Amino acid sequence: MRRLALVLVGAGLLLAPAAYAQDETAPALPRPGWSFDGPFGTFDRAALQRGFQVYSEVCSNCHSMNLLAYDDLGPDGPGGGLGYTEDEVKAIAAQKQVTDGPNDQGDMFQRPARPSDHFVPPFPNDQANRAAHNGALPPDLSLIVKERAGGLGAMPWLASGPDYVYGILTGFKNPPTGEKMPDNSYYNVDFPGHHIAMPPPLSADVVTYSDGTKATVPQEAHDVVTFLAWAAEPTMEERKRTGAKVLIFLLVLAGILYAAKRKIWADVH
Amino acid sequence: MAAPQTQSKLVRWIDRRLPIFTFLDHELNEYPTPKNLNYWWNFGSLAGIMLTIMIVTGIFLAMEYTPNTNLAFDSVERIMRAVNYGWLIRYIHMNGASFFFIVTYIHIFRGLYYGSYKEPRELLWMLGVVILLCMMATAFMGYVLPWGQMSYWGATVITNLFSAIPLVGNDIVTWLWGGFSVDNPTLNRFYALHYLLPFVILGVVGLHLMALHTHGSNNPLGIDRKGPQDSIPFHPYYTVKDMFGLAVFLIVFAVFVFYFPNALADPQNYIRANPLQTPPEIVPEWYFLPFYAMLRSVPDILFIKAKLAGVIAMFGSIGLLFILPWLDTSPVRSARFRPIYKWVFWLLVIDVLALGMVGAHRPEGMWIVIGRVGTLYYFFHFLILFPLIGIFERPLPLPTSISAAVTKGGGKLAGASAPMEKP
Repeated sequence: MRRLALVLVGAGLLLAPAAYAQDETAPALPRPGWSFDGPFGTFDRAALQRGFQVYSEVCSNCHSMNLLAYDDLGPDGPGGGLGYTEDEVKAIAAQKQVTDGPNDQGDMFQRPARPSDHFVPPFPNDQANRAAHNGALPPDLSLIVKERAGGLGAMPWLASGPDYVYGILTGFKNPPTGEKMPDNSYYNVDFPGHHIAMPPPLSADVVTYSDGTKATVPQEAHDVVTFLAWAAEPTMEERKRTGAKVLIFLLVLAGILYAAKRKIWADVH
Repeated sequence: MAAPQTQSKLVRWIDRRLPIFTFLDHELNEYPTPKNLNYWWNFGSLAGIMLTIMIVTGIFLAMEYTPNTNLAFDSVERIMRAVNYGWLIRYIHMNGASFFFIVTYIHIFRGLYYGSYKEPRELLWMLGVVILLCMMATAFMGYVLPWGQMSYWGATVITNLFSAIPLVGNDIVTWLWGGFSVDNPTLNRFYALHYLLPFVILGVVGLHLMALHTHGSNNPLGIDRKGPQDSIPFHPYYTVKDMFGLAVFLIVFAVFVFYFPNALADPQNYIRANPLQTPPEIVPEWYFLPFYAMLRSVPDILFIKAKLAGVIAMFGSIGLLFILPWLDTSPVRSARFRPIYKWVFWLLVIDVLALGMVGAHRPEGMWIVIGRVGTLYYFFHFLILFPLIGIFERPLPLPTSISAAVTKGGGKLAGASAPMEKP
């Protein structure tokens, strides 16, 4: 038993490096709590739609989301989408123009986006995007919450990717007196190094929610991060649901096998 | 040698021409196994099952994956989003690598504790070390395939190690890459080898099992079986025990796959590979951390540059295991009867865990010191302590037979008195 305890402690130590791998200079991130936390957490559908609105009206002016297609938002999307109907998805897609072709004359042409199109990026290429932002490239947001801090589906005691993005969105402050700010950078308490090239994107009432929710900065940040978490792993709800069934099955199986083992071994001395 | 009498005519017809049923009967029903194996002996079969899981999930992933630097990352994300149960198969494969290493490392340390590498099981042990090396190569190349930042930069750092070889090092690196940097040819060949190596492992596992079945399993007492009273047939006793162990293992595995699927991986590998942007820290997967620590810890030694010395230490740490059976001079197998080795064994466990922590940190301040002491101890443990303890230690008296020791324990279950057994 004592050795078993030792081994368990050892196993814990083995997992510890994952915790230490975080950037030690980064400040403690805010932990606002998420609807998708925990083994039974799901995405709050209303927050998802509000978050998508924030992305569409604010973030998407600079940030692409190349991995997402418009019909991911609809009922056939991974994980059941955001709760939009097929017609709503068509309308959302049709607001954007995409270059298609060549047609039978050999010409490229513009047409409204269809649900099967991927999210139309704000700039035709990274170079154009950099040129518009003083050389800085706004990262693609498809997987942003999975690639920052602890990401998604890491150990619960670590600050997660959603916590990080929320921290960035709400962490803009006036620089402390004496802090030398480089050109075109802003002070952000939750950004490693504190100097971020992104201007504060959110402000109160930068969007108008149709469901009457008051659009404060923390509310907008919380909504858009919920949307980004869905975008990064739309199958998360299915994963957790499947996990519960698999674990129940395995627990019963282990119980039966333990009984079988006891019975078969009963005559061994 | 005949197939079991109760079999049908068809079975007997086949068995007379191709004795697979006789073979299975011989290796499962008749195969005598010590009756006192504890739960640490489960990890061998668990490793075999993990290998199978990795091969099966890997083949399904290969059906959807595209080994091209422009498409690899997106094809993996397509598996996660658009392929039916693609997320499940990928998360099993990704976490499976970690769990394969967990069970294999436990399996190795069990062998070290109970002296399973000693006469007549030296080749069995050496084949195991070959499997470990193949696993490491496979895992390393598999990690490159999603073409994230850590894939790319990990591949760059590790392949660059070969440049430490004097004279021909740089040429070897160019040859490995198939170009002048890690690029599409590298990805393609890594994919081909990542598909090939698991089947090489499978072959070596076959030899490992053949060697195992020649003399049978070692056991917690480390003494030979003296007769039928010491052994039980593998089936049903150990099949059911292995199955129960498997169910418990799968529970832990499932918790990670379904609830913490990214806990054991570096989040930065969800960033697409970018050859123009070096990540702030390049860290290998956790199961390589102790070796990575050794690589970085070794300083310049006389005329050998630190880089080459580090590479020698890293590969030497595993190469050492090949000659382990001859470094250990003690005639007693099980640490249970070796009053000094029993404690020294745990020093190695602590040392390897400490090196793992070192590997996860930037080589600064105290981590450099711990890394150097840890690396030094690792080699001291095997090269100096192993031979010396065997000479100076006075082993406790061994029990006369397995059966005598087991009955004396008074437990109803075989091995119930074993101190290392799970509750």
